[in-house]
Amino acid sequence: MGNFSRDTKTNAIGLTREDYRGAPSTLCKGCGHNAIAAQIIAACYALNISPEDVVKFSGIGCSSKCPTYFLSRSFGFNGLHGRMPSLATGALFADTSLIGIGLSGDGDSASIGMGQFKHVCRRNLPLVYIIANNGVYGLTKGQFSPTAEKNLELKRQGKNPYLPVDICMEAMAANATFVARAFAGDPKQLRELIKAALNHNGTAVIDVISPCVTFHNLDQSIHSYAWGKKHERQIHEISFIPDREEIVIDEFEEGTVKEIELHDGTSILIKKIGGDYDPTNRFQAFIMLEDAEINNLLLTGLIYLDTKQEPMYESFNLPDAALNRLPNEKLRPADETLEMVNSWML
Amino acid sequence: MTPVQVITDESLSAPYVNDFCITFSTVNGSGSATANLTVLRALFKMGIPVSGRNIFPSNIKGLPTWFTIRVSEQGYLGRLEKDAVVVAMNQKTILEEADWLVNGGVLLYADHLDLPRMRDDIVLYPMPIKKISSELEIPRQIRTYVENMIYVGILAQVLEIDLSKVKEALAYHFKEKHSALDMNYGAVRAGFDWAAENLVKKDPYRVAPMNATEGYILADGNSAAALGSIYGGMQFSGWYPITPATSLPEALIEYLPLLRTDEETGKASYAIVQAEDELSAIGMTIGAGWGGLRAMTATSGPGLSLMAEYLGLAYYAEVPVVVWDVQRVGPSTGLPTRSAQGDLTFAHFMGHGDTQFIILIPGSVRECFEFGWRALDIAEEFQTPVIVMSDLDLGMNHWLSKPFEYPDEPIKRGKVLWEKDFEAIEERLNVLGKKWGRYLDIDGDGVPYRTVPGNRRIGSSYFARGTGHDDYAGYSEDPETWKRGLDRLSLKLETAKEVLPKPVDEKMEKAEIGIITSGSTYPAVEEARDLLAKKGIRTDYLRIRALPFTDEVPAFICNHEKTYVIETNRDGQLKQLLTLEFPDLARDLRKLSKIDGMPLSAAWITDQIVVKERD
Repeated sequence: MGNFSRDTKTNAIGLTREDYRGAPSTLCKGCGHNAIAAQIIAACYALNISPEDVVKFSGIGCSSKCPTYFLSRSFGFNGLHGRMPSLATGALFADTSLIGIGLSGDGDSASIGMGQFKHVCRRNLPLVYIIANNGVYGLTKGQFSPTAEKNLELKRQGKNPYLPVDICMEAMAANATFVARAFAGDPKQLRELIKAALNHNGTAVIDVISPCVTFHNLDQSIHSYAWGKKHERQIHEISFIPDREEIVIDEFEEGTVKEIELHDGTSILIKKIGGDYDPTNRFQAFIMLEDAEINNLLLTGLIYLDTKQEPMYESFNLPDAALNRLPNEKLRPADETLEMVNSWML
Repeated sequence: MTPVQVITDESLSAPYVNDFCITFSTVNGSGSATANLTVLRALFKMGIPVSGRNIFPSNIKGLPTWFTIRVSEQGYLGRLEKDAVVVAMNQKTILEEADWLVNGGVLLYADHLDLPRMRDDIVLYPMPIKKISSELEIPRQIRTYVENMIYVGILAQVLEIDLSKVKEALAYHFKEKHSALDMNYGAVRAGFDWAAENLVKKDPYRVAPMNATEGYILADGNSAAALGSIYGGMQFSGWYPITPATSLPEALIEYLPLLRTDEETGKASYAIVQAEDELSAIGMTIGAGWGGLRAMTATSGPGLSLMAEYLGLAYYAEVPVVVWDVQRVGPSTGLPTRSAQGDLTFAHFMGHGDTQFIILIPGSVRECFEFGWRALDIAEEFQTPVIVMSDLDLGMNHWLSKPFEYPDEPIKRGKVLWEKDFEAIEERLNVLGKKWGRYLDIDGDGVPYRTVPGNRRIGSSYFARGTGHDDYAGYSEDPETWKRGLDRLSLKLETAKEVLPKPVDEKMEKAEIGIITSGSTYPAVEEARDLLAKKGIRTDYLRIRALPFTDEVPAFICNHEKTYVIETNRDGQLKQLLTLEFPDLARDLRKLSKIDGMPLSAAWITDQIVVKERD
């Protein structure tokens, strides 16, 4: 696939995988978050994205340490707990040609950051918003997170008395235009979803069930590898197609494949598995999420996609050049305008 | 209540011209602002120095609101505690307002209001507003608004306000809306004519044309700050509404399209985003500042509290950003529509751990404009947050001022490295066997070189963080590295002192005592110094315009046996900061502060100092 082959050492822009790497991970061995970092690297490499064109953002928590472990050559900002989205909003306005990748966690986005998470969704800021969701606070050593299921038992915490937050449902309710769920134990699908998200012209939320092997990996808990492997149901087989000409629909049985075109001419190819699911149907998406919860399923895939909503930048009448490259003479009105301004002051 | 004093012929024969205070009392939401501003503007157009203060409730409709105009031949702009003229349109407060009047003062009141008891040392002019209104053709839904113009007309007759100037003021307000102008002026005229025929003038107050406002403007501090920021090249603001700061970002929204749309491309050189709260407003603004945009926001006390955590990060990660704190009365929600200088110590040390923020304190609308652009320069030059402390009195009220001045310095972006600059510095460092690091102090002034996202040069990127970091922005918990980093931030602040606005120093011959003040207390202090001098107390005066303090400050304190620190808060926060910084001089400082929500008056300051000096 693409104009490079697996065997060559560089991608189409002449970079090696090494050019996409970050510092060695200091997370626990087996942490789902490491898989996420690996798939971000794989997706950027595969899509020939220059690391200099990416800016990374994160909040606070294990998830938010993660941006250090990929794309060392990109700028990054590790902000405050739950407040990555606002930071990303301001920074990306500096140069809207940059690709923003935000990495957050369930504690970061569904607790203190719930407000910012939902508001960035409704503004449709072009941002890949990955939430590494493990149902537990890892960095503070094992407290319940807002996505932990009711009655979950954790050492030292006892039973969780509250119902969980469903991140995809929240994103849907906030009018997010790209909502997906993935499983860190299913890297291929995760990679395809990240690729699609990188080409989405708006906020792309990927809720990645990413088990915490140290504090929360009991087989019966819904954020564990074992439960995920047993209960995962892909709603479709998804592949991201960077070049439309490569799609050969004929290979598939008629009626089993749907192609969704993205703003930049790339597209997402969705192959049905079992039932008929249309991810562009908002109503169906809500039903699907509700159904997964009732039936105890880890539903993965592209849950919802709306390519018609304008990205946030659209209403700002921004210049073609990056705002942060405007010369000073474009920033200070001419001397003679001040007389007019003073005449307004009455 | 004031002792009863019957008006004598003598008081009538001594006219008060161009030196008194008028207060309009109306009900919040009744649309009186236009009427009151029309009077203010007409007086300004008559060439008389004026200032206008809105004293309003935290409410949209129904509660009492006051607008006070000080007319001052000598150009004093501070608040007067007593009124000469009250225009009363609110039943609930009419007795209270009558008490504010000086002996011989004038109470103009709508004649449908009850006057259960009244002082007999004041002049009463009932105004048949409803009757006059009933003879005018006004659509029902705007009748109460237009009725306000009737009292404008009556007042114009009583005080001899030039009607043609009233018309000019209305034309300014209504711009192209000719029918609105005609209707409102019709109401003014009706009031004026009624008074000419029916009202017998019994009071000594009047105005007379001067030429003291030629070349002056009337402006509020928030608009001035917004405009100054626009001329300072502001590019991004994430903001959230809060009284009394809201009109600052709203002024940005109003003026930016007029001043910062590219003539060739029609494109905007800025972006303004209304955030979901102050946590997000400051997050966006800091993100933008980090991204290389001239970034600013405006808020007030509660908002500043919410912004504290991100500002602490910006201080440590060295992100340029400007925050205007238009102060209101705290603690807590406090008095949201009243003025104070109560955030000073909080703002200066805001954040946990060792933080110290550069503070700018404008004392006039002209300085609001100047600090608008200057704050952005300082923030970028020193890669740090700059907090500009305005307040409700300065920010929302109408001040007579000399025109805004075009920045006399070029825009300063500080040590930002784009691709070519980066290459150059890499070469320079190569010779020394060094590499560029985001937090590496190359010049020894505490100010490192920064790069911003979008710089495509390999090696120019870095990972910004609030966690411990070394010269190369790498994560570090090393004790020595931490200490060195924090010490460098202190050095940076020292370097910054050189460019911070110096205090304004005004001397009086043979002065023995000193006065230190800052911000909006300036007009009251200026007037008080004249009043004190008349009583034989001569003062020197220093107005602080920035923190950290520069060397002029201790020098001033040393030169005076005793220095009063005058401010609008309970604890004397400026004095607290002076005491911390100059403990050896602290015994020469005297706290003179008050917080009741009202701007200080010259009379209060004078009385306080007189009592203390004669003890």
